[in-house]
Amino acid sequence: MSALERLTPSRRTFLLGGGALIVSFSLPPRLAVTQQRADEKLPGSLQRDPKLDSWIRIDERGAITVFTGKCELGQGIKTALIQVAAEELAVAPQSIHLVTADTALTPNEGYTAGSHSMQDSGTAIRHAAAQARSLLIATAAMQLGVPRERLKAQDGAVVAHDGRRLGFGVLVKEKLLHVAADGRANLTDPAHYRVIGTRAQRVDIPPKVTAGPAFVHDLRLPGMLHARVVRPPSYYARLLRLDTTPIANMPGVRAVHRDGNYLAVIAEREYQAVAGMRALAAAASWHETATLPQPDRIFEWLASQPAERVSVVGGSGDLAGGAKVLEATYRRAYQMHGSIGPSCAVARLENGQLTVWTHSQGVFPLRAAIAQLVQLPPERVRCIQVDGSGCYGHNGADDAGADAALLAMALPGRPVRVQWMREQEHAWEPYGSAMIAKVRATLGTEGRITDWDYSVRSCTHATRAGPAGSLLPAWLLAHPSAPPPPRPLPLPEGGGHRNAAPLYSIPNLRVAYEFVPAMPLRVSALRSLGAYVNVFSIESFMDELAQTAKADPIEFRLRHLEDPRARAVIQTAAERFGWSGYQRRQDHGRGFAFARYKNLAAYLALAAEAEVDRKSGHVRLKRAIAAVDCGEAVNPDGIENQIQGGILQSASWTLHERVVFDRTRITSRDWNSYPILRFTEMPDEVQVYVVNQPGTPFLGTGEAAQGPIAAAIANAIADATGIRLRDIPLKLT
Amino acid sequence: MTTLTVNGNKCEVEVDPETPLLYVLRDELALNGAKFGCGLGQCGACTVIIGGAAMNSCVIPVGTVKGRPVVTLEGLGSSGRPGVLQQAFIDEQAAQCGYCIAGMIMRAQALLDQNPAPSDAEIRTHMEPNLCRCGTHVRIFRAIRRASETLTRERGARGMSAAPASEADK
Repeated sequence: MSALERLTPSRRTFLLGGGALIVSFSLPPRLAVTQQRADEKLPGSLQRDPKLDSWIRIDERGAITVFTGKCELGQGIKTALIQVAAEELAVAPQSIHLVTADTALTPNEGYTAGSHSMQDSGTAIRHAAAQARSLLIATAAMQLGVPRERLKAQDGAVVAHDGRRLGFGVLVKEKLLHVAADGRANLTDPAHYRVIGTRAQRVDIPPKVTAGPAFVHDLRLPGMLHARVVRPPSYYARLLRLDTTPIANMPGVRAVHRDGNYLAVIAEREYQAVAGMRALAAAASWHETATLPQPDRIFEWLASQPAERVSVVGGSGDLAGGAKVLEATYRRAYQMHGSIGPSCAVARLENGQLTVWTHSQGVFPLRAAIAQLVQLPPERVRCIQVDGSGCYGHNGADDAGADAALLAMALPGRPVRVQWMREQEHAWEPYGSAMIAKVRATLGTEGRITDWDYSVRSCTHATRAGPAGSLLPAWLLAHPSAPPPPRPLPLPEGGGHRNAAPLYSIPNLRVAYEFVPAMPLRVSALRSLGAYVNVFSIESFMDELAQTAKADPIEFRLRHLEDPRARAVIQTAAERFGWSGYQRRQDHGRGFAFARYKNLAAYLALAAEAEVDRKSGHVRLKRAIAAVDCGEAVNPDGIENQIQGGILQSASWTLHERVVFDRTRITSRDWNSYPILRFTEMPDEVQVYVVNQPGTPFLGTGEAAQGPIAAAIANAIADATGIRLRDIPLKLT
Repeated sequence: MTTLTVNGNKCEVEVDPETPLLYVLRDELALNGAKFGCGLGQCGACTVIIGGAAMNSCVIPVGTVKGRPVVTLEGLGSSGRPGVLQQAFIDEQAAQCGYCIAGMIMRAQALLDQNPAPSDAEIRTHMEPNLCRCGTHVRIFRAIRRASETLTRERGARGMSAAPASEADK
C-alpha cells in the first residue's frame, strides 16, 4: 500500500479503525517474558522491534499487511520484501499489502542506507512470516484435531491432508499474532521456494511508467498551497535588506515567510510560488564571506587540516628492506548526489498534529529532528515516506521535509508543498567529501605483497538527521541551530574508512583513517561513502603491483585471496568477460577489480573494457561484466538492475564529476556546470551474473559496484595507454 | 484564457501565457506524467510531445503552444492498458527510481512516431538530451529497442506503414 493510497478514506479507516489485529504497540506483561535468551540476538530488525504484529497483521477477512521501516528508493525493496513475506506465508505475492516507513504505522528501522534493507528488514520479515505461518498451523491443528505435521499453509489457508481447510482470517482470531517474535520458526527450505529467487516484476514500476501518482511530488491534497524557498547565495551569507511588500502583493501569493536568513514564498498555484521566489531573490541583498578553500588547491587544503587518526588495522607499517617498494596517492574531488528530481515534501498542521510526507531515507530520525525544529513533542509529528527521485544517500530530502514543516506551522490547516529548484539542490545538498588515499607496499621476491601501509583522509560522511541543527533550514533561522560537530562513523562499517582495509592476505598490514573535522563544503553520505575511493585506490594499486610483479592482474589478486566466495566471483567475472582470450585492439584496454563491500557484505568482481580517444582524451566505458554474490538472491533481476545502475552511476562519477566552487559560492548549479554521463557514452554491454547462495544470509546489493568499477576503468585506461590516472574524475588531458 | 489540446482533449486554462507548459500540465490539469527536473531545459524529466516533437515543457511558455497538440505520458496508455512503449518499459523493468522515466518514454515515443525502426546509434543520439541518474540507460535502451520491434512486427502484420504510434495507442 502506498502512502498515496493511504490518503483515501477507506484505507485510513482500515488502518486506524477496523480489524481485530490493529492493537496497541505495547506488549501485554505475559509476553514480556520471551523464550529468547538475553544474550541471543533476534534476527535482523526483529531486534529493534520484537513484536510479531509490528511486522505482519492479518485481518478477519484474511487480508495480509506487512510493515517495513525501510523506504523504497528505486532499489526495488518493496518487491523483494513482498517476495520474502509471500514465500514464508505460502501465499501469492499479489495478496500482500506492504506498508513502508511511516512513524505512525511501521517499525522503526532507522535509515534505509548502507545496503542494509535486506539484512535488516528482509531478515525480520522473513522470520516474522515464518513464525506467523507456524502459529497459524498450530492453531489449525488444535481446531481440526490433526497433528501439525499433516497440515500445510497454502494460498491463505491451512490445509489438512484430508482436504479440510481453514482460512488465515478465521485462524487469526484472539490476537494470534500479538506475541513476541522468537526468530526460531523453520524457514522454508530453498528446495521448495516458489517466490524467492524469481525475477518478480517490481510493484512500483507500472504507476511510474503510466503516470500514476507515484512520487511525493505527485501528492495533491485538498487545499494544498505551493511554496518555494529562497536560499542565500552562499553558505554563510547574511540577509542585509529586503522589502517583502511587493512580493506579498503578487498574484496568488498567500504569504512571504521570513525568519532570519530563511525566506520562502507560499502561493495558491505552483508557478505563482516560483514567480514570487524569483522576485524575492531579486529583492534580497546579502553579505557574503569567502569561507571556501582555494578551489584549485583543495587537496593541499585537505592534507593540511588537523585530523583525528583512527586505526583500522594496527600493523607496524614498517617496510621490509631490500625488496621492491611502491607508493601512490589517489584523490577524489567533491561529488554530488544530483537527484534528477529536486527535493520535495508536503506538510500539514491540523489540530496541533504535524504530518510530513517526505522522500527521506529515515522517517524516525527525521521526525525527531523536525519535532525539535518546530518545538512539538515527537508524538505530535508524523513522517510518512513516499517515493521520491533516487537519492543515492543523504541529499536534500530531509531538509525539504523541514522546509515543508516550518511553512506548514506558519499556515495551520493548509497543506504546503515545497519543491526545491535545480540550483538549490545542486548548491545546498551535502556532497561526498573530497578524499586522499596514500598507500605504500613492498613486493617480496616471490611476487607476493609482504607489507602494506595505507591511510585515507576525508571530512565526515555522516551528517544525517539527529538534532534540529542537522537540518539545513535550522541554520538559517533568526534563532538558528548549529549543525552538530561532525564525527567519524564507527567501524566495522566505517565512513571514510569503509573498505580501507584490503581483503587480501598481507602479512604486515597497517591501515588508518585520518578524519578531518573541518567541513567548509557541506558533506554527508554519498552511496558507498569512503568505499568508493578506498576500493578505487586499493584496486588501482593492486594493478600497479601486479604490473611490477609481471603478473596477470587477476592471477595476482587470487594469489592473495583465500575466501572461496571472493575467488568465485572473480573467476566468474573473468570467464564471462573472456579475460584469458581477450583480443587487444588499438586504443582499447581492459581492467579488473574486486571488493567485498564493507569487507562483510556483498562480493563483487568485474572486468571492464574502455575505449580511449587519444586526440580528445575522451574515455568511454565500453563493456562491463560483473559477478556478484549478495548471499541469498531474492530477486535476481532487482540485483542485476542495482548493479547495472551502480556501474553506470559510478562510471559517471569516475569519468566526469567534480563539484566546482569559488572562494565564496558553489558554482556547480546546474547540469552544465556539473555534467554527468549521457546516452551516447552508455556502454555497449553491461552484464551482471548473480552467484546465488540459497539458504545463506542476505548481504545487500545497492552499493557493491561503486568502488570496483572506478578501479576497473582506471586499470583499463592504464592498459590502453600506459598512463596511470589516480585523480577522480579521471582525465587524460 | 489559453486553449490547449492535451492527449486529445481540449481544455481551457486561465494562466499567465508566460507560465511554462509544465506547470499548467501538473498544477492546472493535475497530470503526473511530466516531471520538474531542472526548469532549465537541461535534463528532460519534463519531456512531452508538442506537435510531434519531443520538447522540454519546463521552458515552453504555454502561450506559445497555440494549436499544436500536446501528448503527455498519460496519452500513451494507462496502468490497465499500457501503450506499446510503456509495456516495453515494464517488460524490461527499465526503471530504478523512475523519476526520469516519463521524460525518457516521451522522448523515445517521438522518435518511434517518426521512425519505428531506428538504428542503435539513432536511439542513442536521440536520447542524448535526457538525463538518468540511477544509471538505467542500458535498460531504457533495451525497452526502446523492444518497443521498436513490437511496432515493426505489428505494422508488418497489418501491412501498414508509419502511422504515428502515439496516435495508434490512443
